[in-house]
Parts: sequence; structure tokens; C-alpha cells
Amino acid sequence: MDAPVSLVFWILSFIIIVSAFMVVSLKNIFHCALFLILCLFSVAGIYLLLNAEFLAAAQVLIYVGAVSILMIFAIMLTSQLASKRISQTNENKLVAFFVCLMFGLSTLVLIANTHVWRYSAQALPEANVLTIGKYLMTDFMLPFEVVSVLLLAAMIGAIVLARKETS
Amino acid sequence: MKGFYVAPYLSILIFIVIGIGLVLFTFFLARLIRPSHPYPAKTINYECAELPIGDSWIQFNPRFYIFALIFVIFDVEAVFLFPWAVAFGQLGLYALIEMVIFILILFYGLYYAWKQGVLKWV
Repeated sequence: MDAPVSLVFWILSFIIIVSAFMVVSLKNIFHCALFLILCLFSVAGIYLLLNAEFLAAAQVLIYVGAVSILMIFAIMLTSQLASKRISQTNENKLVAFFVCLMFGLSTLVLIANTHVWRYSAQALPEANVLTIGKYLMTDFMLPFEVVSVLLLAAMIGAIVLARKETS
Repeated sequence: MKGFYVAPYLSILIFIVIGIGLVLFTFFLARLIRPSHPYPAKTINYECAELPIGDSWIQFNPRFYIFALIFVIFDVEAVFLFPWAVAFGQLGLYALIEMVIFILILFYGLYYAWKQGVLKWV
């Protein structure tokens, strides 16, 4: 990794960790959602550094663009969450801290004990959006069309559930 | 070699830095030159210069949510359109037919939503 790329990596990592911490520690849940967007956006930057262009674009489109909007809508539609009347802090702070500590420690131990990292022998193709597009249209044509059926099922399911809730 | 891939995104980085910098600079400049006369009427919510009614944290109409859900589905569709558009020049008519089928299947979902009346604003 050359110097400017590594500098960008450290800045992005810093933003990701700080914003992720803000997501779980801020009092107002709406502000938490905004920091979640910053966190997800920075993760897209990390994908770019790994040359995963398509993954970065998908991250920005789906997570930053759509999922976060869904979350903000859910917060604004829930009367009790949007108002400041109820406590939005986690009451099980100590337990949560302990669980996270154990999880983090076990991950670190696992990383430290892994001496042989498996890499793919093939490098990532330079224009990976183009390669993905070509494979989607030729070798993976059937899965691609099945995806649209899956999305259709998700949409109809959402409509049926939403209608049941409102009526 | 690594920097070669990242180079086209340098312009995006510059845009982000200038975008954030401009906002910070404007706030800093405003703080420098504005007069400071705080009084209670200044701190209330702005509602077209009228006195605001109620809190600004109101509950929005749940009907918004179904629009958000349908938006997510079509957003995922857009993600698939993106590599298709890039590769289209090398694929031709066959790819066009595949994408038309893909969009038609999803379009039925929109038709269903329309038929069920969830897109109607009451």
C-alpha cells in the first residue's frame, strides 16, 4: 500500500470507528441514524480502496441511499421514538459492554493466531463492474432473472403486510 | 500500481473535502461578522414566520413507509442496471431482452401496488 492510500485508509477507519461509537452512545435515536449513514458511507470508501468498485457503488446505493432512509422513516413514523419522552439509552450497558469486549477479544485472538492467510490466486479484474455485468448477462442469466422474482416477492409481501397494518 | 485504480476517485474525495470545508467556512465566517443579540423568540422553530403549533418531533403518516419500502426494491433494481449499462456495449440485443424481462417482472410489482391502492394518497 503506498502512502496516500494508506493515509486515506487510516482516516476512513477513524471515521468508521468514531461514527459507529456515536451510533450506540448518542441519546437522540435520530442522530444515531445520521451517524450510521456516515459509518456506512465510510465503509464504501474502504471498498473502493480494495478495488471493489461495484461493491462500493452497491453500498452507497442500497445502504446509504435506501436502508438508512427506511430506518429514518421508521424512527419518524414511530411516535414514541421520535419524541424525547421515553428513554432511548440502553439499560443493559454493562452486559452489552462485556459481550462486546468478549467478542472483540476473541476476534483479535483469532486474527493474532492465524498465520496463513488465504488469498485468491487471481487478482481482481481491473474493470470489475464491466466483468460483473458481462457475467450477469451470460453465465449467470438464470440467477439474474430469479433475483427479479425474489424482489417481486419481497415487494408484494411488504404491500400485503403494510395493508394489514393500516386497515 | 494500487494508486492507479483509486486515482479516478480522487475527484470525488476533493468534492467531499470542498463540500465539508465550504459549510464549515461559511459557518465560521457567519460567526465572525454577525451581531449577537439572543432573545427567546429567536430560538423557537421556524414555521413560515407564524407561531409554531406543537412540537417539531411529530409522528408522520405511516403511509410514507410503504413508499420507502417500494423505493428500496427499485433501488436494488438500479444496482443491477448499473453493471448491465456498463457491459451493454459489448453484449447487444440479447442483454436488452434479458433486462426487459427483469424489469417487466418487477413492473408487475408496481402494477400490483397500484391495483391494491397503496400508491393512492388519502
